[in-house]
Amino acid sequence: MTKKPPHDHSHPHTLLPSDPALRAKAIETLLVGKGLVDPAAVDALVDTFSNDIGPRNGAQVVARSWSDPDYRARLLGDATAAIAELGFSGMQGEHMVAVENSERVHNVVVCTLCSCYPWPVLGLPPVWFKSPEYRARVVREPRAVIAEFGLELSDDIEIRVWDSTAEIRYLVVPQRPAGTEALDEVGLADLVTRDSMIGTGLAMQPEAS
Amino acid sequence: MPPPTEPERPFVEPWHAQIFGMTHALAAAGSFTWPDWASHFGEALKLALNAGGPTDGSDYYDVWLVALETFLIEQDLADRDSLDDLRAAWTDAYLSTPHGAPVELSSKALSGA
Repeated sequence: MTKKPPHDHSHPHTLLPSDPALRAKAIETLLVGKGLVDPAAVDALVDTFSNDIGPRNGAQVVARSWSDPDYRARLLGDATAAIAELGFSGMQGEHMVAVENSERVHNVVVCTLCSCYPWPVLGLPPVWFKSPEYRARVVREPRAVIAEFGLELSDDIEIRVWDSTAEIRYLVVPQRPAGTEALDEVGLADLVTRDSMIGTGLAMQPEAS
Repeated sequence: MPPPTEPERPFVEPWHAQIFGMTHALAAAGSFTWPDWASHFGEALKLALNAGGPTDGSDYYDVWLVALETFLIEQDLADRDSLDDLRAAWTDAYLSTPHGAPVELSSKALSGA
């Protein structure tokens, strides 16, 4: 059996990208040629999603709702507007809904259709949020799935599963941890994890002083 | 489910960012609505899964790419022949460009699009 040599580095030509990369280039060339896409706008969007938006935005929203009862009421009443107050607004005009955890209710978010996600407050979804396994199982057996994230919820806590759509995106407002009375909003926001705003985690406990 | 605490890179491959950015840019420019795209993409994800695809989300952008091609064709924003021709033209360009030089399409390939 003859074995092909490893990549020959005396190759005169440029390394060929993968088939998907070539197909993506073909789409872009076609759309730019037709004037449907501005490459600068694409770069700007990718840069925004990669660098400017992420769970720190959502953490600010949650920290504000923990420390300002009026803001909390506005957030639960009209989350789109309350989130926009902090400068975060929908990328495609989607509607935001905030669902608050309590002693009795724990909320968790999924998108069973694809991967609809509250981009302005959480950025891009993690791979597991996009996986068919999570999308199917969290609806059927939320308690078991949440437990796999390390969060054992007692049986007397009701779990509500919210299915995002292209039009409606949910943000979970986790419970404020005990012992955080002295923290300001910045300190509170540091306790708010991405997973706590999806519902597969809780806010972190403050470090014991 | 895997432990989810590791920070993730937003896009693993540059082309993931490219198709994600293009899809958002097209919706933002009004070429189609996001709900229409989401519905098409959701259907493609379901088909991929039913065809025996992975359940861990590792084929997410592969499915996105194929769905974007078929959606653009369905919406009359692209056609299969042009996509195939341009893919072939990019392949030729890479194979004929000396290592280190910028890879560009010939004006012939561009005007044919």
